[in-house]
Amino acid sequence: MYNEIFDRKIEDVGLQTGIDRLTPEKIEKTVKQVLEGETGAKLKVYHDTCVRCGMCAKACHFYQSHLEPSYSPVAKIHQSIGVLIEKDGKVGPDFIYQCAQIAYTECNLCRRCVHYCPLGIDTAYMMSTMRRICHKLGVTPQYIQDTAHSHSATMNQMWVKDDEWVDSLLWQEEEARDEFPDMRIPLDVDGVDFLYSVIGPEPKFRTHLIYQAAAIFHEAGANWTMPSEPGWDNSDMAMFSGDFEMMGRLKRAHFECAQKLHVKRIVMGECGHAFRSIYDQGNRWLGWKDYPVEVVHSVEFFTELFKAGKIKMKAKHPGIATIQDPCNIIRGRGLYDHLRFLAHEVCEEIVEMAPNGEHNYCCAAGGGIINCGPPFKNVRMSGNKAKADQLKAAYDKGARTILAPCHNCHGGLEDIIHHYGIDMEIKFLGDIIYANMVKTKAVEE
Amino acid sequence: MYHSIYDLVTGPLTWLGFGVLVLGGLFRMVSLYSLAKKKDASSIAYNKAKYGIRSILHWITPFGTLGWKENPVITVVTFVFHICLLATPIFLGAHIDLWDLNFGVSWPALPDHVADIMTVLVIAAGCFFAYRRVVDKTVAFVTTWKDWFALCVTMGPFITGFLAYHQIFNYQFMIVLHVITGIAWLLFIPFGRLSHAILGWYSRVYIASEFQGVRHAKDW
Ligand code: HEM
Ligand code: SF4
Ligand code: SF4
Repeated sequence: MYNEIFDRKIEDVGLQTGIDRLTPEKIEKTVKQVLEGETGAKLKVYHDTCVRCGMCAKACHFYQSHLEPSYSPVAKIHQSIGVLIEKDGKVGPDFIYQCAQIAYTECNLCRRCVHYCPLGIDTAYMMSTMRRICHKLGVTPQYIQDTAHSHSATMNQMWVKDDEWVDSLLWQEEEARDEFPDMRIPLDVDGVDFLYSVIGPEPKFRTHLIYQAAAIFHEAGANWTMPSEPGWDNSDMAMFSGDFEMMGRLKRAHFECAQKLHVKRIVMGECGHAFRSIYDQGNRWLGWKDYPVEVVHSVEFFTELFKAGKIKMKAKHPGIATIQDPCNIIRGRGLYDHLRFLAHEVCEEIVEMAPNGEHNYCCAAGGGIINCGPPFKNVRMSGNKAKADQLKAAYDKGARTILAPCHNCHGGLEDIIHHYGIDMEIKFLGDIIYANMVKTKAVEE
Repeated sequence: MYHSIYDLVTGPLTWLGFGVLVLGGLFRMVSLYSLAKKKDASSIAYNKAKYGIRSILHWITPFGTLGWKENPVITVVTFVFHICLLATPIFLGAHIDLWDLNFGVSWPALPDHVADIMTVLVIAAGCFFAYRRVVDKTVAFVTTWKDWFALCVTMGPFITGFLAYHQIFNYQFMIVLHVITGIAWLLFIPFGRLSHAILGWYSRVYIASEFQGVRHAKDW
């Protein structure tokens, strides 16, 4: 049975502290509250009809990497929420530890397994619901909980203070003086074509990404702005920690900051999960079938710029590149054709990974796992040998660059190439476009 | 004695079986749909027939989806199992005779030897599934009594029907057992694991709309 086989408990102070505060009564009450109050026919039907055929096993990179039964999608359900449903929440605290570890750190919510299940069972939804229960029980991994705390205190993921945010933008504008003398990072300009939003880590330690995006917009002659007020951060770890109330507040602040500035739409940086939070989860929590302000991902926006001839490449990125299809924008939002168009515009040669597109393997960082921090790093490494094998195969075909338009994919793949010793570099689209575009407005070198 | 038992199982109990199948099936569909409307509104808001049909057409085609392609043996066995499982009882000559006798309706029947082969195929496929549940570690790990129960209920009428048709053991006893296991089939389809026969279509249409409508991606 499941408990006996679950022998991979990892110590995490956040999980343990939460567990120490639990009583069986509290668990039962909370499980019932979530199952009866927040779930409906979907969960029931999935639970009843899963015929335990095991077809979904091969879908999951964790299973593919370990080839061990307890990592299959259906096994994750079987060892966690399935038991809570069967036993009506009558389980002990130790069992909740197991549930939390599986749901937060052994499932990326990537939904690859949906392509394998003949009955259309959405394991990611079941794992999300499991996380919701853990959140309500106060059993969350320390690191991701810290980002969720930051979200609730500052409305951004990285404890960036309001003045630090504006300072970072001014700093990047100043940095640009040498290259683009009249480049601005416009702040709070009313009624422009788009508001550009980024994730918290960009001002914190990847400021050059803001510089690059601003340079591309400047070159394209775009009419844009960034907001000075909270709401500028489009990231959303609360969505992954199970704190849906906070997820709703974040998305509301994000949409409202665009509405207050009367912009025509929001353009998002190269991030996958932030995109998921506005088209899939956050918008729905707020009651929006689509969203109140049109939102496009960088991959869509760059495609527009290239198609309109507003950005031209001086040279293409040399050598052979392969493409990491981020789950949240490809399987999540169908931007496959956009990404292929761009990849061929900016890179000399592309070799594809197999499988790719909407059948891609997740980077194993997504769904908040990388945000669960160092205690669980090895879970991602040993759990994604499948991706390492894919990358090695692409390497053998000559690929030295991985094009990955997603922050999580970057973090995840960076760790994987180091861990497995694969000599490749990882690039955002913005990195390549900025480095190789025709810069008509730059100072002559 | 034998005749009164036979009359009981083929009379009132069979009515009960079909009654539970139809009413239970309807009840499950209606109650789950209204629960979905109440609790899963943000999910079913995207449901569209177009998405559902497209997805179902892929999933009822052998090797028409990634899941089928990656599990070729299960694909072949599952399709053979389910086609024979549904076609044999509906198109068996002896069953059609009963419909004709009781209600005056009939339709073309399968030749008896074909129906016999199909019955054997169902039993063989069932044995394969049982074998997997024990030997394939991935499947064994997630198997519970519910899965064995579903498999046994499903196989019951085929095994007893086969034995009765070939007059192995006592025919009269077997035929009663066959009718009883057949009734169990009808009783359990609306509930538990076997409800996938009814509810699977719904979850398919839902996830198809979720993928094609929200995610602009295929679900196959
Ligand atoms: C008519 C619609 C039906 C559909 C679309 C359907 C679909 C499926 C699928 C996709 C599987 C999983 C693959 C596999 O393990 O074979 C499955 C398994 C199964 N089905 Fe059905 N099914 C239907 C009707 C039925 C009925 C009427 C029964 C019996 C009363 C039945 C009995 C089973 C059993 C016992 C399994 C599990 C096999 C195992 O142990 O692995 N199905 N079905
Ligand atoms: S493929 Fe679907 S029905 Fe089969 S075990 Fe996995 S979740 Fe259950
Ligand atoms: S990681 Fe992806 S494939 Fe694996 S169970 Fe979770 S959603 Fe399914």
